[in-house]
Amino acid sequence: MYQKDLSIEFAGVKCLNPFFLASSPVCNNYDMIAKSFETGWAGVFYKNQDSVPEHEISPIFGVSDMGGPWSMFKNCEHASQNSMEQNMEYMMRLKRDYPEHRIFATLMGGSDEDWTSLVEMACQAGIDGVELNMSCPHMGRDNMGSDVGCNPELVEQYAKAARKGTDLAIIAKMTPNITNMIPSALAAIKGGADGISAINTVKSIMDLDKDLMTTEPVVNGKSAISGLSGKAVKPIALRFILEMAKYPGLKDVPLSGIGGVYTWEDALDFLLCGARNVQVCTSVMEYGYRLVEDIISGLSYWMDEKGFEKLDEVVGLAVPNITSPSEFTRTFKIRPEFDHDKCIGCGRCYVSCFDGGHQAINWLDKERRPELNTDKCVGCHLCQKVCPVPDCIRPGEVVFDEGAEHETITFKTKFE
Amino acid sequence: MSKVVKKDYLEEAVSGFNLRTALEEANRCIVCHDAPCSKSCPAGTDPARFIRALKFKNVKGAAETIRSNNPLGGSCAKVCPYDQLCQEACSRCGIDKPIQIGRLQNFIVEQEKAFDMKVCKAGEKKAGRVACVGAGPASLTVASKLAQAGYDVTVYEREAKAGGVLSHTISPARLPQDVVDYDISLIEDLGVKFVFNTEAKADILKDYDAVFAGTGLWSANVDSSFPGADLKGVYTAIDYLKEARKNNEAFDPGKRVVVVGGGDVAMDCASTAKTLGAEDVRILYRRSIEEAPADINEVLYITSLGIGMTTGFYPVAAKGNGKLETVEAAGFYDKDAKMSISADTLVFATGQKAEDQSGIAPFEITDKGLIAVDENGAAIEGFFAGGDVINGGKTVVEAVAEGKKAAEAIIAYLEKKGVK
Repeated sequence: MYQKDLSIEFAGVKCLNPFFLASSPVCNNYDMIAKSFETGWAGVFYKNQDSVPEHEISPIFGVSDMGGPWSMFKNCEHASQNSMEQNMEYMMRLKRDYPEHRIFATLMGGSDEDWTSLVEMACQAGIDGVELNMSCPHMGRDNMGSDVGCNPELVEQYAKAARKGTDLAIIAKMTPNITNMIPSALAAIKGGADGISAINTVKSIMDLDKDLMTTEPVVNGKSAISGLSGKAVKPIALRFILEMAKYPGLKDVPLSGIGGVYTWEDALDFLLCGARNVQVCTSVMEYGYRLVEDIISGLSYWMDEKGFEKLDEVVGLAVPNITSPSEFTRTFKIRPEFDHDKCIGCGRCYVSCFDGGHQAINWLDKERRPELNTDKCVGCHLCQKVCPVPDCIRPGEVVFDEGAEHETITFKTKFE
Repeated sequence: MSKVVKKDYLEEAVSGFNLRTALEEANRCIVCHDAPCSKSCPAGTDPARFIRALKFKNVKGAAETIRSNNPLGGSCAKVCPYDQLCQEACSRCGIDKPIQIGRLQNFIVEQEKAFDMKVCKAGEKKAGRVACVGAGPASLTVASKLAQAGYDVTVYEREAKAGGVLSHTISPARLPQDVVDYDISLIEDLGVKFVFNTEAKADILKDYDAVFAGTGLWSANVDSSFPGADLKGVYTAIDYLKEARKNNEAFDPGKRVVVVGGGDVAMDCASTAKTLGAEDVRILYRRSIEEAPADINEVLYITSLGIGMTTGFYPVAAKGNGKLETVEAAGFYDKDAKMSISADTLVFATGQKAEDQSGIAPFEITDKGLIAVDENGAAIEGFFAGGDVINGGKTVVEAVAEGKKAAEAIIAYLEKKGVK
């Protein structure tokens, strides 16, 4: 398989590539992680460990196929069920057998002392750093997980406690169940964390079972609000990563992006929004470690196509181009153009424009073709979005408001 | 029949995918753990890997998988009997219907061309010189693999064009010439030399460190004592298809055409006749449809063109005054059945056999008239063979598989011999 040098530094740690397994069931013991390393993953955030013995529920997961298989995945799982000693042994052996690969132990404490001692203990395994889980949205106890992440004071306090336990890299994992992530991220850095990872799962309720009158997972007739992941959360994750990448107070803080990565394009989206590391869980649960092969291969081909040699050149390229809506140029509209030869005559553009737009498409009954009413069209391109035929409706003429400057307008022309 | 289609000779039988429809199809793939599709490709093209790459939007990686595993990936995408190989094995059959692997492969190879990818690269130059005799699928595969390993390869072809059956007989409705030409151009890019209009014999071949014979089956299996065999309008399938491919629309296929045989070649002859304008085309096959060796898709295709298949009959004589007027046929199972068909053209697609190979080397010849080889394609010291001339006429993908095996055997032979 063709692959470029995708090595990149993250929080002072040299990584073979930016692709890590996220703290989750996909990296819970030696055999799993060894297989993942052999397949191409560069590191893991070793499944969450805490100091409390776990007793899991059954079942643990829910899936929604709305919008394609596994478009959303919901879990209500807790920390690793292995003992800390067992996990230490696995991590030590992995570091011995895979010295080039990276292991961050993901930890979750319940008090200052707990955080310090967990970090101290984990670091004795010779790992590369730790990740502080301040973000799990379905803890069985209060003041852990996302309760911490939503409380900047507690974030800073626990980051300090963790810092006491090690000189290695500390990454604080943030919760998206918050209006603004910046205060918590700043608090983590202030407390001594070196980097931020985001996002953990989104608090959610999925499709209901209309007989049992509850959602998945159904545990003895009951369910709970718990963490959503998968393709559906990627837009939310990108938003938080980009906001942190743009925030001056977090300049140069290494970011690790998490949420809905299936393809090389998804992974690249996180890099373009400013992440230097990308974590993956749900897609691996669905398809296995092997999908990293196409992430590596696809990204390598893309870099060649665009003439990039190092991933450092790629990180953050989209950051300047995603701004506040207040900064938009609002002096023009782009009219859609209909290709009557490609058109199959389904009329979806007409229906959507009438019922959801500005009644700017006339339907030619006989020909079964759309015709644009240029007086009414506002250039929203809803018609282009609903058209099932590739390149049938395309951006056409750019029309400026009266008296507006006719500047060169950059717009999207490729839609596949 | 209401749904009979009219097609031109050069018009493709199957339409292609675009990126959106290809992704939709790839997304139907279950991504099996032990992908049976990949296990059932004789040439090791690894469909599971390229479908997975496509599903995860890595189109170039998908093209890399196909081309690095199968130098004739474009042609195979068109002519492979998928339903009997990868698609038959597909786990999705347990739910509804298999992934359309052939059409996906075809789409990916089109993308490879659009991106102008050069997946295969010539290896570091080695001194060893190898000759391939015949420029058909097996030889082309050997040439590609050996050039990638760095050897100096020359392909000798007695026709003016490379491709063997791909360029000379298989109908363009199944395999457009530009697809074959593109496969071959990628092999030429590796530095493989082609010498056309040249029948390579021992005098030429003695200068090479190893020789591969991929000479195919180009002698028609027709009884020369068949009554009326010399009438105008009586053809062998090879001559009929070759003439059609050479002249395209300028070829006169005849008005009333009878094709004899039940294999893919017979189907090609029938569709060629129909698409070039013959009014009445029928296939005469002595056995039953179940026994016919043709791919069912080819049978369905000729049916969709409005061509009938008359089973249980075989021709016993061609009659006419200088040129063919009637074909006399008799029942194969029903000994009393007799039939007389008015026809101006009779095409024998009743199989082919190998020609005399002794001009190349003193090969050991099997009782079926084929070159005898071991399981890796080695014939006699320094001589290797593959494709139809060893297997008696199978598929293109089988020839690719044999070519890959023989290339490895040749490399091992040259290394053992100390040719660097």
